Amino acid sequence: MNWITKMFSSSLGQKLIMALTGLFLCSFLIIHMVGNLQLFKHDAGLAFNKYAVFMTTNPLIKTTSYLLYAAILFHAFKGIALVFQNKKARPVKYQAFDGKANSHWSSRNMGILGTIILVFIAVHMSNFWWQYKFGTVPYTRYTENIQTGEIQSDYMPDNFTMNSKMEEQSEGLMKVTIVKDLFRSVELGFKEIWLVALYIIAMAALSFHLYHGFKSAFQTMGLNHKKYNGAINFIGIGVFAILIPIGFAAMPLYFFIK
Amino acid sequence: MSGNMNINLKVWRQKNGKSQGKLVDYKVEGVSPDMSFLEMFDVLNDRLVSEGKDEPIAFDHDCREGICGMCSMYINGRPHGPNQGVTTCQLHMRSFKDGDTIVVEPWRAAAFPVIKDLAVDRSAFDRIIASGGFISVNTGNAQDANSLPIPKDNADEAFAAAACIGCGACVAACKNSSAMLFVSAKVSQLALLPQGDPERNTRVLNMVAQMDTEGFGACTNTGACSAECPKEISLTNIARLNREYFAAQLGSDRS
Ligand code: HEM
Ligand code: SF4
Ligand code: FES
Repeated sequence: MNWITKMFSSSLGQKLIMALTGLFLCSFLIIHMVGNLQLFKHDAGLAFNKYAVFMTTNPLIKTTSYLLYAAILFHAFKGIALVFQNKKARPVKYQAFDGKANSHWSSRNMGILGTIILVFIAVHMSNFWWQYKFGTVPYTRYTENIQTGEIQSDYMPDNFTMNSKMEEQSEGLMKVTIVKDLFRSVELGFKEIWLVALYIIAMAALSFHLYHGFKSAFQTMGLNHKKYNGAINFIGIGVFAILIPIGFAAMPLYFFIK
Repeated sequence: MSGNMNINLKVWRQKNGKSQGKLVDYKVEGVSPDMSFLEMFDVLNDRLVSEGKDEPIAFDHDCREGICGMCSMYINGRPHGPNQGVTTCQLHMRSFKDGDTIVVEPWRAAAFPVIKDLAVDRSAFDRIIASGGFISVNTGNAQDANSLPIPKDNADEAFAAAACIGCGACVAACKNSSAMLFVSAKVSQLALLPQGDPERNTRVLNMVAQMDTEGFGACTNTGACSAECPKEISLTNIARLNREYFAAQLGSDRS
């Protein structure tokens, strides 16, 4: 046991924790992005609501999601602790400090960027995750014509409730689905301009966090070689600093404008 | 003299490690563009001594040819000033303009306490080297060099890492005062050569432990160290240090 605690309490080991949890969070962002793209479907939210049920009932995914919450907390608190530890390493500041001459802005502000993301995660989770799990999310009945693909949606009365999140029934050509309507919470939530603004700011912060963070994690794990640095940079910038933040920012904007 | 410059200096003055320091203004006139930055300080110190009002400014220097690493000056927000790949003694006044104001401070790190003015105590580096930055060679005749085959690529990389002069600019430049580049240069140099192999695990474990004990910060891979290193030590060495360290922890009997 001793060598493990020794390794993870060394400066290199603490950085390894940041890198491993950070990359785990990156893998989650991909899944979250792909799933949420269903918000853009013109089906009154049926596919998205079914996906929400799947994500919150499948035992494998539920287990992974608890690992994910732990990783977020661990990454955030370790990250902030490292910021303070690193400040202690320079008790007297420079009067003149020209950081931009030798390093990228985002690499010097990972703590601030991360804190913005943390605030965002807290608001985001209490808005949707908490409401879905513990609050009252209304139900909607979808009637889908299997042949034509036509979907009709009707809101259930606000006081309607049932034991499960979703029930499906087929009557001839008609498939009836009654499901917790998280899509409606999303639609309503993103009519608030301050919430949309928070999302956009947070996604900008995420972009800068990952512009540095993704490739930094590989350096921390000892992976830096001209054979694959190009690929790491390409994915880090193209996917994690550009595509993912733009994709997530597009969702609140889409509902705000719609 | 024509072409000479007047320079406004703001220099950190501090009596000793315990006293409070502050920036003090000095005007240096008639500075030749061909002077080195240190020679400008010599001119200023000559004047301070002959005026007898102020003590001369303490600063470290030795070789004045870019190889000893002593000339630690943090100039206008950057270690060794504005130029790439040079030490302060190799920085010339032609890199500045007539009438420029230049702020000169000591290296700032908890592990590099100020001794006086611009001179800091860098013996933390010595203790890191003493903890493992060496190879143990038994005495006897030198063996035939050709009996130790070393791939050319490794020899080149080890040589590039060995160019580190222990100046501490990496620590001074890093926002975390991290000593990773310095430690990685020595670990890499020896890890790449057969002579370094027998002690590679203990070396990296001990040097990292000593680095942490000295109070250097943790690396956030900003790259400022390598950008400011007068010997342009590469960041790939830091990746190698990470590899060597985790390999020693996970793959050897030591910890
Ligand atoms: C989706 C959310 C997040 C992702 C994908 C993410 C990803 C990453 C990655 C890949 C790194 C690089 C690790 C390394 O340099 O080895 C990193 C570093 C860092 N993260 Fe995050 N992060 C997220 C959220 C946060 C939050 C919420 C905080 C803090 C409140 C935070 C604080 C930090 C800090 C301070 C670092 C720099 C650590 C260091 O280099 O020592 N991050 N992050
Ligand atoms: S790595 Fe470069 S900056 Fe750091 S001590 Fe060695 S020569 Fe100086
Ligand atoms: S005085 Fe030796 S390197 Fe500058």
